[in-house]
Amino acid sequence: MIEVKHLTKAYGSFVAVKDISFRAERGQILGFLGPNGAGKTTTMRIITGFMPATSGTVEIDGLDIFTNSLEARRRIGYLPENPPLYSDMRVEAYLRFVAKLRGVKRAEIDDALDHVLKVTGLADMAHRICGQLSKGYRQRVGLAQALVHNPPVMVLDEPTIGLDPRQIHEIRELIRGLAGDRTIVLSTHILPEVSQICDKVVIINDGRVALEEQIKDIPAGTSLEEVFLNAIAREGHPEAASAEETLEEVGAGHSA
Amino acid sequence: MRNTLTIAGKELTGYFVQPVAYVVLTVFILLGGWFFFAMLRQFDEMVQLVQMMGQPETLKQMNLNNRVIDPLLHDLSIVLVIVMPALTMRVFAEEKRTGTYELLLTAPVRTGEIVAGKFLAAAAFTLVMVALAWIFPLILMVFGNPELGVMFAGYLGLFLLSLAFVSVGLFTSSLTQNQIIAAISSFGILILLFVISWPAEAGGGAVWSVLKYLSLPEHFSTMTRGVIDTSDVVFFLSVVATALFLTQRSVESARWR
Repeated sequence: MIEVKHLTKAYGSFVAVKDISFRAERGQILGFLGPNGAGKTTTMRIITGFMPATSGTVEIDGLDIFTNSLEARRRIGYLPENPPLYSDMRVEAYLRFVAKLRGVKRAEIDDALDHVLKVTGLADMAHRICGQLSKGYRQRVGLAQALVHNPPVMVLDEPTIGLDPRQIHEIRELIRGLAGDRTIVLSTHILPEVSQICDKVVIINDGRVALEEQIKDIPAGTSLEEVFLNAIAREGHPEAASAEETLEEVGAGHSA
Repeated sequence: MRNTLTIAGKELTGYFVQPVAYVVLTVFILLGGWFFFAMLRQFDEMVQLVQMMGQPETLKQMNLNNRVIDPLLHDLSIVLVIVMPALTMRVFAEEKRTGTYELLLTAPVRTGEIVAGKFLAAAAFTLVMVALAWIFPLILMVFGNPELGVMFAGYLGLFLLSLAFVSVGLFTSSLTQNQIIAAISSFGILILLFVISWPAEAGGGAVWSVLKYLSLPEHFSTMTRGVIDTSDVVFFLSVVATALFLTQRSVESARWR
Protein backbone atom coordinates (compact mmCIF):
# COMPACT_ATOMS: atom_id res chain seq x y z
CA MET A 1 0.00 0.00 0.00
CA ILE A 2 1.24 3.46 -0.87
CA GLU A 3 -0.27 6.52 0.72
CA VAL A 4 0.89 9.92 -0.48
CA LYS A 5 -0.37 12.87 1.54
CA HIS A 6 -0.01 16.56 0.67
CA LEU A 7 3.35 16.11 -0.97
CA THR A 8 5.19 19.30 -1.93
CA LYS A 9 8.68 19.54 -3.33
CA ALA A 10 10.48 22.78 -4.09
CA TYR A 11 13.84 23.08 -5.79
CA GLY A 12 14.87 26.51 -4.64
CA SER A 13 12.09 28.79 -5.82
CA PHE A 14 10.78 26.30 -8.36
CA VAL A 15 7.97 24.16 -6.97
CA ALA A 16 7.95 20.88 -8.88
CA VAL A 17 5.22 19.14 -6.91
CA LYS A 18 2.38 20.97 -5.18
CA ASP A 19 0.26 19.29 -2.52
CA ILE A 20 -0.11 15.91 -4.22
CA SER A 21 -2.19 13.22 -2.49
CA PHE A 22 -3.25 9.81 -3.72
CA ARG A 23 -3.22 6.21 -2.60
CA ALA A 24 -2.63 2.85 -4.18
CA GLU A 25 -4.06 -0.24 -2.51
CA ARG A 26 -2.54 -3.65 -2.21
CA GLY A 27 -2.91 -5.60 -5.45
CA GLN A 28 -3.52 -2.46 -7.42
CA ILE A 29 -1.59 -1.22 -10.45
CA LEU A 30 -1.69 2.53 -10.47
CA GLY A 31 -0.97 4.37 -13.72
CA PHE A 32 0.77 7.65 -13.08
CA LEU A 33 0.25 10.01 -16.01
CA GLY A 34 1.16 13.54 -16.87
CA PRO A 35 2.87 15.68 -19.49
CA ASN A 36 6.65 15.97 -19.50
CA GLY A 37 7.83 18.03 -16.57
CA ALA A 38 4.60 17.57 -14.61
CA GLY A 39 6.50 16.19 -11.62
CA LYS A 40 6.14 12.44 -12.12
CA THR A 41 9.78 11.55 -11.65
CA THR A 42 10.11 13.89 -8.67
CA THR A 43 7.11 12.27 -7.00
CA MET A 44 8.49 8.80 -7.61
CA ARG A 45 11.89 9.78 -6.26
CA ILE A 46 10.23 10.99 -3.08
CA ILE A 47 8.12 7.85 -2.77
CA THR A 48 11.24 5.70 -3.03
CA GLY A 49 13.18 7.73 -0.49
CA PHE A 50 15.77 8.98 -2.97
CA MET A 51 15.06 12.49 -1.77
CA PRO A 52 12.87 14.00 0.92
CA ALA A 53 9.79 16.10 0.29
CA THR A 54 9.69 19.75 1.27
CA SER A 55 6.46 18.95 3.09
CA GLY A 56 3.93 16.13 3.17
CA THR A 57 4.35 12.43 3.87
CA VAL A 58 4.61 9.12 2.06
CA GLU A 59 3.72 5.85 3.74
CA ILE A 60 4.72 2.45 2.43
CA ASP A 61 2.61 -0.24 4.09
CA GLY A 62 2.09 2.20 6.94
CA LEU A 63 5.81 3.00 7.30
CA ASP A 64 6.89 6.60 6.76
CA ILE A 65 9.53 6.80 4.04
CA PHE A 66 11.31 9.59 5.85
CA THR A 67 11.15 8.78 9.54
CA ASN A 68 11.25 5.00 9.12
CA SER A 69 13.29 5.07 5.99
CA LEU A 70 15.30 1.83 6.03
CA GLU A 71 12.27 -0.33 6.87
CA ALA A 72 10.16 1.40 4.25
CA ARG A 73 12.87 1.22 1.57
CA ARG A 74 13.24 -2.51 2.18
CA ARG A 75 9.66 -2.91 0.92
CA ILE A 76 10.16 -1.06 -2.35
CA GLY A 77 11.43 -2.19 -5.71
CA TYR A 78 12.32 0.81 -7.80
CA LEU A 79 13.05 1.06 -11.50
CA PRO A 80 14.26 4.60 -12.23
CA GLU A 81 13.85 6.18 -15.64
CA ASN A 82 17.28 4.89 -16.67
CA PRO A 83 17.86 1.32 -15.52
CA PRO A 84 20.57 1.70 -12.85
CA LEU A 85 23.03 -0.87 -14.22
CA TYR A 86 26.74 -1.12 -13.58
CA SER A 87 27.94 -1.44 -17.14
CA ASP A 88 31.00 -3.53 -16.34
CA MET A 89 29.15 -6.15 -14.26
CA ARG A 90 27.61 -9.35 -15.48
CA VAL A 91 23.86 -9.62 -15.15
CA GLU A 92 23.96 -12.33 -12.50
CA ALA A 93 26.66 -10.63 -10.42
CA TYR A 94 24.73 -7.40 -10.62
CA LEU A 95 21.47 -8.94 -9.45
CA ARG A 96 23.32 -10.79 -6.68
CA PHE A 97 24.75 -7.48 -5.53
CA VAL A 98 21.34 -5.81 -5.52
CA ALA A 99 19.80 -8.76 -3.70
CA LYS A 100 22.39 -8.55 -0.93
CA LEU A 101 22.02 -4.80 -0.76
CA ARG A 102 18.26 -5.10 -0.33
CA GLY A 103 18.72 -7.61 2.44
CA VAL A 104 17.81 -10.95 0.83
CA LYS A 105 19.04 -13.69 3.15
CA ARG A 106 22.25 -15.39 2.06
CA ALA A 107 20.61 -18.81 1.78
CA GLU A 108 17.78 -17.46 -0.34
CA ILE A 109 19.82 -15.45 -2.84
CA ASP A 110 20.35 -18.24 -5.37
CA ASP A 111 16.66 -19.06 -5.47
CA ALA A 112 15.73 -15.39 -5.74
CA LEU A 113 18.12 -14.97 -8.67
CA ASP A 114 16.83 -18.07 -10.47
CA HIS A 115 13.29 -16.93 -10.00
CA VAL A 116 13.80 -13.37 -11.13
CA LEU A 117 15.91 -14.38 -14.15
CA LYS A 118 13.16 -16.74 -15.22
CA VAL A 119 10.32 -14.29 -14.71
CA THR A 120 12.03 -11.52 -16.65
CA GLY A 121 13.19 -13.87 -19.41
CA LEU A 122 16.85 -13.25 -18.73
CA ALA A 123 17.95 -16.82 -18.03
CA ASP A 124 20.07 -16.92 -21.19
CA MET A 125 21.57 -13.51 -20.48
CA ALA A 126 22.75 -14.18 -16.94
CA HIS A 127 26.41 -14.19 -17.91
CA ARG A 128 26.33 -11.27 -20.30
CA ILE A 129 27.89 -7.95 -19.35
CA CYS A 130 25.27 -5.32 -18.55
CA GLY A 131 26.92 -2.63 -20.67
CA GLN A 132 26.64 -4.80 -23.78
CA LEU A 133 22.93 -5.52 -23.51
CA SER A 134 20.36 -4.03 -25.86
CA LYS A 135 17.91 -1.44 -24.59
CA GLY A 136 15.16 -4.03 -24.16
CA TYR A 137 17.33 -6.33 -22.12
CA ARG A 138 18.68 -3.47 -20.05
CA GLN A 139 15.08 -2.62 -19.20
CA ARG A 140 14.43 -6.21 -18.17
CA VAL A 141 17.50 -6.25 -15.95
CA GLY A 142 16.16 -3.03 -14.47
CA LEU A 143 12.87 -4.76 -13.72
CA ALA A 144 14.71 -7.79 -12.38
CA GLN A 145 16.66 -5.68 -9.88
CA ALA A 146 13.43 -4.03 -8.74
CA LEU A 147 11.91 -7.45 -8.19
CA VAL A 148 14.79 -9.47 -6.80
CA HIS A 149 13.91 -9.01 -3.12
CA ASN A 150 10.25 -9.75 -3.80
CA PRO A 151 9.00 -6.36 -2.59
CA PRO A 152 5.35 -5.71 -1.77
CA VAL A 153 5.58 -2.31 -3.48
CA MET A 154 7.05 -1.52 -6.88
CA VAL A 155 7.67 1.88 -8.39
CA LEU A 156 8.39 1.84 -12.11
CA ASP A 157 9.35 5.03 -13.92
CA GLU A 158 8.43 4.67 -17.60
CA PRO A 159 9.26 0.97 -17.84
CA THR A 160 8.42 0.68 -21.53
CA ILE A 161 10.16 3.78 -22.83
CA GLY A 162 12.38 3.24 -25.83
CA LEU A 163 11.31 -0.32 -26.47
CA ASP A 164 10.01 -1.78 -29.70
CA PRO A 165 6.33 -2.81 -29.88
CA ARG A 166 7.03 -6.47 -29.23
CA GLN A 167 9.18 -5.65 -26.20
CA ILE A 168 6.56 -3.21 -24.93
CA HIS A 169 4.02 -5.99 -25.12
CA GLU A 170 6.32 -8.39 -23.26
CA ILE A 171 7.19 -5.93 -20.49
CA ARG A 172 3.49 -5.08 -20.08
CA GLU A 173 2.60 -8.73 -19.74
CA LEU A 174 5.41 -9.07 -17.26
CA ILE A 175 4.16 -6.19 -15.13
CA ARG A 176 0.62 -7.47 -15.24
CA GLY A 177 1.96 -10.84 -14.07
CA LEU A 178 3.82 -9.17 -11.21
CA ALA A 179 0.75 -7.53 -9.75
CA GLY A 180 -0.83 -10.23 -7.59
CA ASP A 181 -0.53 -9.06 -4.01
CA ARG A 182 1.76 -6.21 -4.87
CA THR A 183 1.15 -2.51 -5.16
CA ILE A 184 2.63 -1.14 -8.36
CA VAL A 185 2.95 2.48 -9.37
CA LEU A 186 3.87 2.92 -12.98
CA SER A 187 4.48 6.13 -14.84
CA THR A 188 4.07 6.27 -18.59
CA HIS A 189 3.24 8.41 -21.57
CA ILE A 190 1.47 5.64 -23.36
CA LEU A 191 -2.21 5.95 -22.58
CA PRO A 192 -3.41 2.59 -23.92
CA GLU A 193 -0.86 1.04 -21.60
CA VAL A 194 -2.76 2.40 -18.65
CA SER A 195 -6.17 1.26 -19.80
CA GLN A 196 -4.71 -2.18 -20.53
CA ILE A 197 -2.83 -2.96 -17.36
CA CYS A 198 -3.81 -0.47 -14.67
CA ASP A 199 -6.63 -0.55 -12.13
CA LYS A 200 -6.40 3.09 -11.30
CA VAL A 201 -5.13 6.23 -12.92
CA VAL A 202 -3.67 9.37 -11.37
CA ILE A 203 -3.07 12.24 -13.75
CA ILE A 204 -0.82 15.03 -12.60
CA ASN A 205 -0.26 18.28 -14.37
CA ASP A 206 1.99 21.16 -13.44
CA GLY A 207 2.76 19.53 -10.10
CA ARG A 208 -0.88 19.00 -9.08
CA VAL A 209 -3.21 16.03 -9.16
CA ALA A 210 -5.60 16.68 -12.02
CA LEU A 211 -7.50 13.41 -11.73
CA GLU A 212 -7.61 10.31 -9.57
CA GLU A 213 -9.98 7.68 -10.89
CA GLN A 214 -10.55 3.93 -11.02
CA ILE A 215 -10.24 2.69 -14.57
CA LYS A 216 -13.59 0.89 -14.24
CA ASP A 217 -15.27 4.16 -13.29
CA ILE A 218 -14.26 5.81 -16.53
CA PRO A 219 -17.46 5.81 -18.59
CA ALA A 220 -17.50 3.29 -21.40
CA GLY A 221 -16.85 4.85 -24.77
CA THR A 222 -14.64 7.54 -23.30
CA SER A 223 -11.04 7.01 -24.30
CA LEU A 224 -8.34 7.63 -21.75
CA GLU A 225 -6.91 10.18 -24.14
CA GLU A 226 -10.02 12.27 -23.75
CA VAL A 227 -9.92 11.91 -20.00
CA PHE A 228 -6.27 12.89 -19.98
CA LEU A 229 -6.62 15.94 -22.21
CA ASN A 230 -9.74 17.00 -20.35
CA ALA A 231 -8.04 16.77 -17.01
CA ILE A 232 -5.09 18.78 -18.22
CA ALA A 233 -7.20 21.38 -19.96
CA ARG A 234 -9.25 21.89 -16.79
CA GLU A 235 -6.08 22.70 -14.92
CA GLY A 236 -5.47 25.68 -17.19
CA HIS A 237 -2.24 24.32 -18.60
CA PRO A 238 -0.47 26.74 -20.97
CA GLU A 239 -1.08 24.22 -23.72
CA ALA A 240 -4.74 23.98 -22.81
CA ALA A 241 -5.90 25.67 -25.99
CA SER A 242 -4.14 23.26 -28.26
CA ALA A 243 -5.22 20.41 -26.03
CA GLU A 244 -8.82 21.48 -26.47
CA GLU A 245 -8.39 21.49 -30.20
CA THR A 246 -6.91 18.04 -30.15
CA LEU A 247 -9.76 16.98 -27.96
CA GLU A 248 -12.27 18.19 -30.47
CA GLU A 249 -10.48 16.32 -33.19
CA VAL A 250 -10.52 13.22 -31.05
CA GLY A 251 -14.18 13.76 -30.29
CA ALA A 252 -14.94 14.22 -33.95
CA GLY A 253 -13.07 11.04 -34.72
CA HIS A 254 -15.19 9.20 -32.21
CA SER A 255 -18.54 10.42 -33.37
CA ALA A 256 -17.65 9.76 -36.98
CA MET B 1 28.36 -4.26 8.48
CA ARG B 2 27.02 -6.70 5.94
CA ASN B 3 25.96 -3.84 3.69
CA THR B 4 29.39 -2.26 3.97
CA LEU B 5 31.07 -5.52 2.98
CA THR B 6 28.61 -6.05 0.12
CA ILE B 7 29.46 -2.64 -1.30
CA ALA B 8 33.19 -3.07 -0.63
CA GLY B 9 33.19 -6.43 -2.40
CA LYS B 10 31.42 -5.07 -5.44
CA GLU B 11 33.70 -2.04 -5.59
CA LEU B 12 36.86 -4.08 -5.23
CA THR B 13 35.83 -6.40 -8.06
CA GLY B 14 35.06 -3.22 -9.98
CA TYR B 15 38.66 -2.04 -9.64
CA PHE B 16 39.97 -5.19 -11.21
CA VAL B 17 37.68 -5.16 -14.23
CA GLN B 18 38.51 -1.55 -15.00
CA PRO B 19 41.55 -0.54 -17.01
CA VAL B 20 42.10 2.54 -14.85
CA ALA B 21 43.25 0.49 -11.87
CA TYR B 22 45.76 -1.44 -13.95
CA VAL B 23 47.12 1.74 -15.49
CA VAL B 24 47.51 3.24 -12.02
CA LEU B 25 49.29 0.11 -10.77
CA THR B 26 51.57 -0.05 -13.80
CA VAL B 27 52.54 3.60 -13.72
CA PHE B 28 53.16 3.37 -9.98
CA ILE B 29 55.43 0.32 -10.21
CA LEU B 30 57.23 1.34 -13.42
CA LEU B 31 58.06 4.83 -12.17
CA GLY B 32 58.99 3.30 -8.81
CA GLY B 33 61.35 0.95 -10.62
CA TRP B 34 62.96 3.83 -12.45
CA PHE B 35 63.48 5.81 -9.24
CA PHE B 36 64.81 2.72 -7.53
CA PHE B 37 67.26 2.15 -10.35
CA ALA B 38 68.40 5.78 -10.24
CA MET B 39 68.81 5.75 -6.48
CA LEU B 40 70.75 2.50 -6.56
CA ARG B 41 73.09 3.78 -9.28
CA GLN B 42 73.84 6.88 -7.24
CA PHE B 43 74.43 4.81 -4.15
CA ASP B 44 76.74 2.51 -6.03
CA GLU B 45 78.77 5.37 -7.47
CA MET B 46 79.10 7.00 -4.10
CA VAL B 47 80.25 3.78 -2.47
CA GLN B 48 82.91 3.36 -5.16
CA LEU B 49 84.01 6.96 -4.77
CA VAL B 50 84.31 6.67 -1.01
CA GLN B 51 86.21 3.40 -1.38
CA MET B 52 88.63 4.97 -3.81
CA MET B 53 89.29 7.80 -1.42
CA GLY B 54 89.90 5.21 1.29
CA GLN B 55 87.56 6.53 3.97
CA PRO B 56 86.31 3.48 5.86
CA GLU B 57 84.52 5.66 8.45
CA THR B 58 82.31 7.36 5.86
CA LEU B 59 81.70 4.04 4.17
CA LYS B 60 80.27 2.63 7.40
CA GLN B 61 77.80 5.49 7.69
CA MET B 62 76.36 4.95 4.26
CA ASN B 63 73.39 2.64 4.36
CA LEU B 64 70.71 1.46 1.99
CA ASN B 65 67.87 2.68 4.15
CA ASN B 66 68.93 6.30 4.17
CA ARG B 67 70.30 6.46 0.66
CA VAL B 68 67.86 4.31 -1.29
CA ILE B 69 64.63 3.42 0.51
CA ASP B 70 63.99 6.76 2.17
CA PRO B 71 64.28 8.84 -1.04
CA LEU B 72 62.47 6.11 -2.99
CA LEU B 73 59.49 6.30 -0.65
CA HIS B 74 59.35 10.06 -1.07
CA ASP B 75 59.39 9.69 -4.83
CA LEU B 76 56.65 7.07 -4.63
CA SER B 77 54.56 9.42 -2.51
CA ILE B 78 54.78 12.01 -5.30
CA VAL B 79 53.69 9.40 -7.85
CA LEU B 80 50.75 8.59 -5.58
CA VAL B 81 49.71 12.25 -5.47
CA ILE B 82 49.37 12.07 -9.23
CA VAL B 83 47.78 8.64 -9.72
CA MET B 84 45.48 8.31 -6.70
CA PRO B 85 43.02 11.00 -7.86
CA ALA B 86 42.67 9.02 -11.10
CA LEU B 87 41.83 5.94 -9.10
CA THR B 88 39.20 7.54 -6.89
CA MET B 89 37.63 10.05 -9.27
CA ARG B 90 34.98 7.66 -10.55
CA VAL B 91 33.85 6.27 -7.20
CA PHE B 92 30.84 8.55 -6.70
CA ALA B 93 30.95 10.72 -9.83
CA GLU B 94 30.32 7.82 -12.17
CA GLU B 95 27.40 6.52 -10.12
CA LYS B 96 25.78 9.92 -10.35
CA ARG B 97 26.28 10.15 -14.09
CA THR B 98 25.02 6.67 -14.92
CA GLY B 99 22.08 6.75 -12.53
CA THR B 100 23.18 3.87 -10.29
CA TYR B 101 23.28 6.46 -7.53
CA GLU B 102 19.50 6.13 -7.38
CA LEU B 103 19.86 2.42 -6.81
CA LEU B 104 22.32 2.95 -3.96
CA LEU B 105 20.40 5.73 -2.24
CA THR B 106 17.04 3.96 -2.42
CA ALA B 107 18.44 0.69 -1.12
CA PRO B 108 17.86 0.03 2.60
CA VAL B 109 21.44 1.06 3.36
CA ARG B 110 22.79 3.92 5.45
CA THR B 111 24.87 6.60 3.76
CA GLY B 112 27.70 5.85 6.17
CA GLU B 113 27.70 2.22 5.07
CA ILE B 114 28.00 3.26 1.44
CA VAL B 115 30.95 5.55 2.18
CA ALA B 116 32.61 2.96 4.42
CA GLY B 117 32.21 0.25 1.79
CA LYS B 118 33.70 2.37 -0.94
CA PHE B 119 36.56 3.41 1.30
CA LEU B 120 37.31 -0.18 2.36
CA ALA B 121 37.55 -1.26 -1.27
CA ALA B 122 39.85 1.60 -2.19
CA ALA B 123 41.95 0.93 0.89
CA ALA B 124 42.27 -2.74 -0.05
CA PHE B 125 43.36 -1.77 -3.54
CA THR B 126 45.92 0.63 -2.07
CA LEU B 127 47.22 -2.16 0.12
CA VAL B 128 47.84 -4.21 -3.01
CA MET B 129 49.74 -1.29 -4.55
CA VAL B 130 51.93 -0.72 -1.53
CA ALA B 131 52.49 -4.46 -1.17
CA LEU B 132 53.67 -4.69 -4.78
CA ALA B 133 56.12 -1.89 -4.09
CA TRP B 134 57.81 -4.23 -1.60
CA ILE B 135 59.56 -5.64 -4.64
CA PHE B 136 62.24 -2.95 -4.18
CA PRO B 137 63.16 -3.75 -0.56
CA LEU B 138 63.08 -7.45 -1.47
CA ILE B 139 65.68 -6.87 -4.18
CA LEU B 140 67.81 -4.98 -1.69
CA MET B 141 67.51 -7.79 0.81
CA VAL B 142 68.81 -10.27 -1.72
CA PHE B 143 71.91 -8.21 -2.52
CA GLY B 144 72.47 -6.24 0.65
CA ASN B 145 71.42 -5.97 4.25
CA PRO B 146 68.95 -3.09 4.72
CA GLU B 147 67.18 -2.82 8.06
CA LEU B 148 63.80 -4.48 7.88
CA GLY B 149 62.20 -2.49 10.68
CA VAL B 150 63.04 0.86 9.15
CA MET B 151 61.64 -0.22 5.81
CA PHE B 152 58.51 -1.53 7.46
CA ALA B 153 57.93 1.82 9.16
CA GLY B 154 58.45 3.62 5.86
CA TYR B 155 56.04 1.40 3.98
CA LEU B 156 53.48 1.74 6.75
CA GLY B 157 53.86 5.49 6.27
CA LEU B 158 53.31 5.09 2.54
CA PHE B 159 50.16 3.06 3.17
CA LEU B 160 48.77 5.58 5.67
CA LEU B 161 49.59 8.38 3.29
CA SER B 162 47.73 6.68 0.46
CA LEU B 163 44.72 6.08 2.73
CA ALA B 164 44.64 9.83 3.30
CA PHE B 165 44.84 10.36 -0.49
CA VAL B 166 42.03 7.89 -1.08
CA SER B 167 39.69 9.53 1.42
CA VAL B 168 40.31 12.99 -0.02
CA GLY B 169 39.64 11.50 -3.46
CA LEU B 170 36.35 9.98 -2.29
CA PHE B 171 35.31 13.33 -0.91
CA THR B 172 35.91 15.27 -4.13
CA SER B 173 34.25 12.50 -6.13
CA SER B 174 31.15 12.82 -3.96
CA LEU B 175 30.85 16.50 -4.82
CA THR B 176 30.40 16.21 -8.57
CA GLN B 177 29.25 13.98 -11.36
CA ASN B 178 32.21 14.99 -13.49
CA GLN B 179 35.20 12.71 -13.02
CA ILE B 180 37.70 15.25 -14.33
CA ILE B 181 36.54 17.82 -11.81
CA ALA B 182 36.78 15.21 -9.06
CA ALA B 183 40.32 14.25 -10.07
CA ILE B 184 41.63 17.81 -10.47
CA SER B 185 40.17 18.97 -7.17
CA SER B 186 41.57 16.08 -5.20
CA PHE B 187 44.89 16.60 -6.98
CA GLY B 188 44.77 20.24 -5.88
CA ILE B 189 43.98 19.39 -2.26
CA LEU B 190 46.75 16.79 -2.10
CA ILE B 191 49.36 19.12 -3.59
CA LEU B 192 48.27 21.79 -1.14
CA LEU B 193 48.68 19.38 1.77
CA PHE B 194 52.16 18.65 0.44
CA VAL B 195 53.35 22.23 0.21
CA ILE B 196 51.25 23.78 2.97
CA SER B 197 54.25 24.16 5.26
CA TRP B 198 56.43 25.94 2.71
CA PRO B 199 55.76 29.46 3.96
CA ALA B 200 56.33 28.14 7.48
CA GLU B 201 59.87 26.91 6.84
CA ALA B 202 61.39 30.18 7.92
CA GLY B 203 59.13 31.61 10.61
CA GLY B 204 57.80 30.47 13.98
CA GLY B 205 54.53 31.26 15.74
CA ALA B 206 51.23 29.48 16.23
CA VAL B 207 49.87 29.82 12.69
CA TRP B 208 53.06 28.45 11.21
CA SER B 209 53.15 25.50 13.52
CA VAL B 210 49.58 24.64 12.55
CA LEU B 211 50.55 24.76 8.88
CA LYS B 212 53.51 22.58 9.66
CA TYR B 213 51.30 20.11 11.50
CA LEU B 214 48.96 19.88 8.49
CA SER B 215 51.81 19.10 6.12
CA LEU B 216 51.72 15.51 4.90
CA PRO B 217 55.48 15.13 4.17
CA GLU B 218 56.25 16.37 7.66
CA HIS B 219 54.60 13.29 9.17
CA PHE B 220 55.58 11.00 6.36
CA SER B 221 59.32 11.65 6.60
CA THR B 222 59.39 10.72 10.26
CA MET B 223 58.09 7.30 9.25
CA THR B 224 60.42 6.85 6.28
CA ARG B 225 63.29 7.46 8.70
CA GLY B 226 62.04 4.45 10.61
CA VAL B 227 60.16 6.09 13.46
CA ILE B 228 56.56 5.03 14.06
CA ASP B 229 55.30 7.88 16.19
CA THR B 230 51.74 7.57 17.44
CA SER B 231 51.13 11.24 16.72
CA ASP B 232 51.93 10.72 13.02
CA VAL B 233 49.68 7.68 12.81
CA VAL B 234 46.94 9.66 14.55
CA PHE B 235 47.47 12.51 12.12
CA PHE B 236 46.97 10.32 9.06
CA LEU B 237 43.97 8.58 10.57
CA SER B 238 42.38 11.91 11.44
CA VAL B 239 42.82 13.12 7.85
CA VAL B 240 41.04 9.92 6.75
CA ALA B 241 38.28 10.35 9.33
CA THR B 242 37.71 14.00 8.47
CA ALA B 243 37.58 13.37 4.74
CA LEU B 244 35.23 10.41 5.15
CA PHE B 245 32.98 12.38 7.46
CA LEU B 246 32.78 15.17 4.89
CA THR B 247 32.06 12.57 2.20
CA GLN B 248 29.20 11.15 4.23
CA ARG B 249 27.77 14.64 4.74
CA SER B 250 28.12 15.42 1.06
CA VAL B 251 26.36 12.23 -0.04
CA GLU B 252 23.61 12.81 2.50
CA SER B 253 23.16 16.43 1.48
CA ALA B 254 22.83 15.48 -2.19
CA ARG B 255 19.39 14.19 -1.24
CA TRP B 256 18.36 17.61 -0.12
CA ARG B 257 19.19 19.48 -3.27
